[in-house]
Amino acid sequence: MGSLIECEDVWKIYRVGDVEVQALRGLSLTIAQGEFVAIMGSSGSGKSTLMNILGCLDQPTKGRYRLNGIEVDNLKPDRLAGIRNQQIGFVFQSFNLIPRTSALENAQLPLFYRGLSLKEQRAQAEAALRRVGLQGREQHYPTQLSGGQQQRVAIARALVTSPSLLLADEPTGNLDTQSSREIMKILETLNRDEGITIILVTHEMDVAASAAREIVIKDGQVLSDRVTKAKPTSSTVGV
Amino acid sequence: MSAFVWLTILTALRILARNRLRAGLTMLGIVIGVGSVIAMVSIGEGAKRAVQAQIATMGTNVIVIFPGVTSASGVRGSQGSAMTLTVSDALDLKKRIPLLADTAWAKRDVMQIVYGNRNWNGTINGVSPSYLTIRDWAFTSGGPFTQTDLDSAARVALIGQTVVENLFEPGEEPVGAVIRIKNVPFRVIGVLVPKGQSAQGADQDDVVFIPFSTAERKVFGTSFIGSVGAMFGSTDQVEDLPMAAEQIREVLRARHRLQAEQNDDFTIRTQVDIGKVQEGASETLTMMLFAVASVSLLVGGIGIMNILLVSVTERTREIGVRMAVGAKRRHILMQFLIEAITLSLVGGVLGIILGISGTKLTTLIAGWPTIISGNVIGVAFLFSLVVGLFFGLYPANKASRLNPIEALRYE
Repeated sequence: MGSLIECEDVWKIYRVGDVEVQALRGLSLTIAQGEFVAIMGSSGSGKSTLMNILGCLDQPTKGRYRLNGIEVDNLKPDRLAGIRNQQIGFVFQSFNLIPRTSALENAQLPLFYRGLSLKEQRAQAEAALRRVGLQGREQHYPTQLSGGQQQRVAIARALVTSPSLLLADEPTGNLDTQSSREIMKILETLNRDEGITIILVTHEMDVAASAAREIVIKDGQVLSDRVTKAKPTSSTVGV
Repeated sequence: MSAFVWLTILTALRILARNRLRAGLTMLGIVIGVGSVIAMVSIGEGAKRAVQAQIATMGTNVIVIFPGVTSASGVRGSQGSAMTLTVSDALDLKKRIPLLADTAWAKRDVMQIVYGNRNWNGTINGVSPSYLTIRDWAFTSGGPFTQTDLDSAARVALIGQTVVENLFEPGEEPVGAVIRIKNVPFRVIGVLVPKGQSAQGADQDDVVFIPFSTAERKVFGTSFIGSVGAMFGSTDQVEDLPMAAEQIREVLRARHRLQAEQNDDFTIRTQVDIGKVQEGASETLTMMLFAVASVSLLVGGIGIMNILLVSVTERTREIGVRMAVGAKRRHILMQFLIEAITLSLVGGVLGIILGISGTKLTTLIAGWPTIISGNVIGVAFLFSLVVGLFFGLYPANKASRLNPIEALRYE
C-alpha cells in the first residue's frame, strides 16, 4: 500500500498588487490510499489553496507534490486536465451541475472528455447514478431535484471515472441536516466499501466526524494531524 | 473524438433552442446577408441570361459594318448616313476573306404597309438572302426568298410577328396574301419566328424583309444604286471574329482608297463587342452585390462574436466545472467554435431559404426572370461557415484560457 498523496514543503505565494500573500508556507502532508481525511481550518488558513493544489487545479509555487506516484507540480495545464480526469473526482459546496442538462448527462461529463463512445458513457453514468441512489431520475434536470439529490448527482459525476481521490469541498454546506446526513453516509460507504480515498473540507464538527483523520490547517501550515477513528479496512483494501 | 463532436453539436443546438429569441436576433445578420445575396445573384443571373439570349438573337458570330457619317460643312449626320458601303464591297469581302463564312447587306426605311382596309408603319428591310441565314432567322410558316428573287427583283415579302398582328385577323394565314408597300404589291411568302427585343431594346419583330434589289429599285427610290445601309458577315468560330473584323477593315480601307492618316469611313461591331458592354454592366452589379454581402456577413459575424462573449461570461462556472472534470483547452475551444459555427450555419440555412423564397416571389410578382444556381447556395453556405469560424475564434479562445479556479469561483 503506497501513499496516494505526498506533499513536501509546499509553498504557494500570490501577489495581489504589491502585497505578497503566502497562502501555503512549507506544508508537508502524506495521505495513504483508502484514507478518509477531514481538513479543517478557518477561512484564510490556506485550506482552499491546499485543496486546489491537491485537486491539480493549481500548482505550488515551490515544493513537491506527488499524486499516485506522478510528479504533478510542474505539469502543463493540459496534462493536469488529463490527471484530473483520470485520478480525481470533485464534489463542490454549490454542486456545480451544468444547468438545464439532465442528471445523466451531468454524470457523463468526465467520460465525455475521455472520448468514450456515447453508449459506454451512458452505461457508466447510469451505474454511477445507481450507486448514489438516483436510479429513475436520470432524465431530471438539476432544477427538478432537491439539494441533496443534486449533490448526489455531483457525487455520481465524481465517481463515474473510478478516481483514486475524491475531493469534497464543504459538500454539505448548502444542505439541510437530513440531506447532509445522507450525503455523508454515501461518502462513508464509498470509503469503507470501495476503498476510495476521500479528502473532505468542512467547518462542521459532526461532518468531520465521519472522517478517520483530521488535519487542521492554520497560516498555511499543518497545525494538527490526528487519527480520530481506527480504520481496519482501509489498510487492506486497495483501489 | 467523434462522440465528442456529436455531443457538442447537440449541446450547441440545445443551447440555441433554449435561447430562441436571442439566437434568432444573433443570426439575423447572417440570415439577411445570405438571403439577399442569393436573391440578388439569382435575379442578376436571370437578367444576365436574358441579355445573353437577346444578344444571341443577333445570330451566330455576327459582324456588323455600318457606313460612316456624312459631313456637310462640319455638320455631321447620324451613323450610317453616308453611302460609303456598297453591294460590291460586300461581295468583295466574301471573295477576299476566307474567314468569313458568309456576307449579307441590307437597307432599311420605315414605310406604310397596307393590307385590305388595315395599315401599319413598319420597318422595311431590303436584304440579300444570306441575311436571314446569318441572323439564324427561322420561319413559322412559308420560307425565305432566293438568289433568283434577288436577281429578278421579285415582289415577295417576309413579315415579322408584330406586322402580322397589326395587319391580319387572328388566325388568318398571311402566307399567300398580297400586301402593299408604297403602293407596290408584294406577295407574303414567309412569316418569321418572333425574336423579341434586341439588346438595344428595339422590337425585332416589327419588320418586313424584301429582296434588296426590289427595295432599291421599286420601293426606296435610292439615288445611289448599290449603296447599302449595313453589311453583315459571319464566321464559323467565335474566336475568329476579331481577326475577321481586322481583315474587313483592311480590305475596306484599301477599296475606299483611304490614306494612312484618314479615319475609317465605316464602323465595325462584332457580337463579342456588344456582349462585352453587357458583361461590364453585370460585373459592376456583381461587385456591388459582393460589397453588400460582405457588409451584412461582417455585421452578422460581429453579432455572433458578441453573443458568444456574453455566453462565455454567463457560463464561466460551467467552463470551470468542465475544466475541473478534465476538459482540456482544445475541448473548450471546440465547444464554443462549434456553437459559433452552428449558429452561423443555422443562420445560413435560414438565409438560403429566405433567399430562394424571395427569388421565387420576385419572379411571381414582378415577373423577372431569375436563375437560382447551386453554386451561389454552396458559396453562401461556405461563407456562413467561415464567418462562424472566424468570429467564434476569439470568444472560444477566451473561454479556453480561463483559469479553472477563478472560473469555479465566478458568481
